[in-house]
Order: sequence, then C-alpha cells, then structure tokens
Amino acid sequence: MHELAIADSIVQIAGRHANGRRVTKVQLKVGHLRQVVPSALAFSFELVAQGTSVEGAELEMEEVPATGSCLGCGAESRLEMFPLQCGACGGFDLQVLEGEELFVEALELEEDKDASHGR
Amino acid sequence: MHRTAVKQVVMEGVLDANDALAQANRAQFDAAGTYVVNMMSSPGAGKTALLERTLERLHGKLRLGVLEGDVQTTLDADRLSRFHVPLVQVNTDPGFGGECHLDANMVRSGLSELPLNDMDVLVIENVGNLVCPAEFKVGEDTRVMVYSITEGEEKPLKYPLMFRSADLVLVNKIDLLEHLDFDLEQFLGYLDAVNPGVKRILTSARTGQGVDEWCSWLEERGAPS
Repeated sequence: MHELAIADSIVQIAGRHANGRRVTKVQLKVGHLRQVVPSALAFSFELVAQGTSVEGAELEMEEVPATGSCLGCGAESRLEMFPLQCGACGGFDLQVLEGEELFVEALELEEDKDASHGR
Repeated sequence: MHRTAVKQVVMEGVLDANDALAQANRAQFDAAGTYVVNMMSSPGAGKTALLERTLERLHGKLRLGVLEGDVQTTLDADRLSRFHVPLVQVNTDPGFGGECHLDANMVRSGLSELPLNDMDVLVIENVGNLVCPAEFKVGEDTRVMVYSITEGEEKPLKYPLMFRSADLVLVNKIDLLEHLDFDLEQFLGYLDAVNPGVKRILTSARTGQGVDEWCSWLEERGAPS
C-alpha cells in the first residue's frame, strides 16, 4: 500500500501549486511499468485530500505506454509485460525509454475572479 | 463574484520530494565516507539472520552499523544488539498508519543517532515487502535483495520492480534446496529475464554457505580506501 504515500505526495504537490485556490482535477501521468494500483491510488487520494484544498478533486490517471531500446540489436519496441523483451530479436537486455514516469502533469483550479486572493 | 476554471501546468515528479531528501542523505553518507546498503526482501526471507552472520564475520574488519526499519517492534534490533555495533530502529508505525517501506525522510530521522564518521558501512534493513520499498530511494549506494528459495521461482516476474533495481541478489535458505520442489535454474532464468546478469550469491544464514563471498563483496565496496 505505498499508494497511500504516493497519494499524500500528490495532494501536497497539488496543494502547493494551487496556493489557496480550490483544486477540481489533478492530472497524473503513470508509466506502465510503475507498480501503482489505480483503484488503491484513487481511494488513498480521496482519503488524503479530505480537509485540504484538493478535497473532492478528480484524480485523472493517464498511463504512459512502456517502450525500450534493445541493447543487443538496437530495435525499439513497445513493452507490455515482464519479462521485458525486445520485439525484434527476443533479447532481454533493454534500456527502458518510457514507462517509468510518475508525475503530476497539470491541475484544474477554480479561481474567484474578483476576490482579493485570486491570482 | 464568479468562479472561473483555470488549468495550471505542474510537471512535478510525485517522488521528487523523497528523491531530494535521498540525495541529502547520500551527501551526508559520502561526506562521512560511509557506504550504504539498502537491504530489501519479503518478510521472513532472512535479512536479519544474514546480518547476524555478517556482523560475526566482519567484526574487527569493517566498521558496520545498522538502521532497522520495521512497522512495529524492536525485535530485529534486539537480535542484533549483542554485536555492539551502532544500531538504530526506525518504526514506520507513527508515520502514515504504518508505512510498508522506509522512505528518505524516515531514514533521515534515524541518522542523528548513528556515528556515521566512525562507520565504514551502514546497512539499512528495509521493511519486509517485495513491492513498496523498491519505489523509494533512501540515499543508498547499492541495493541488495535477499530472496529465499521458499518463496517460489516465479516472483521475479510478479514483483519485477524490486528485482530490477537490485545490484546483488542473495539467494538465501539454499540449505533447504534438497527438501523443496524449488527449481533453482528456473528461478535464475526468471531473474536474468528481469535483471540480466545481476550478481547473485547462493547463501544460507543457517549453514554459512555463501556468507564469506557476500562479506567479501561488501568489504570490497565498503572498506576505507
């Protein structure tokens, strides 16, 4: 259940960038190779967000497909599951190019247009 | 007054804060000349038993210290206390409902109790768990995984992240090989499929098999230059 720690970190990042504004959506990029369970993360996020400016926000998770470059033949292939294997030569020695991402891409916020604290 | 929806680009890594703290830990270890091992495994794979053998063998050769991570209890630290090495227990329980892993901040909280300047090697015994600890850097120089053969052959495929991130795999409880249906070749094949060519040592904390080789590995890296 490290999803709880990850959710906590997401809420902190969102809260810091929101700077007092209400967060309605958090867009998260999750690499295919990360061991993040979406339902566990969504549940943890809802829990951790309670009482913060992120409370009630939607957590949108977009998966980044995994790709790797073969250290044997140089081919690039899409990696679906473990063991990671080159689609061209079947080799196992690959450098992962994409699929290990885990970052907050953007937020959707509500701003009070004519409120003094609006920015 | 009306409200408008705005979008704000963030592009911030979820674990950036942890990674920054891990770097700070690492800088502190480097300044003290302490080589740091992040030791990970499932619960009951034999981390503490191997550490007991390690502390026995390296007594007088290498100045070791241990940071014990557990959700609760000081049982592991109690087992190691007879070796009279610098030892600190970090319980993750006061954290967020009992974390399943050590993160950089938890490790940091234990560092003030360790005389890093008088230690060649710090072994961080992570919380027993095959998933979560792999995601969190703590400032280590190397990751050593203890895997016991009672866990079955297929775990590298099921928990690839930790097996991929290991620099050394200690294949423990090898003395039980003749009593189990465990297929060692198949396990090593799966290991190579997930982490090609990763260094592995067959060990038994019980009989002492492989413990010398593991200790030499550690000495080569941790001995003061």
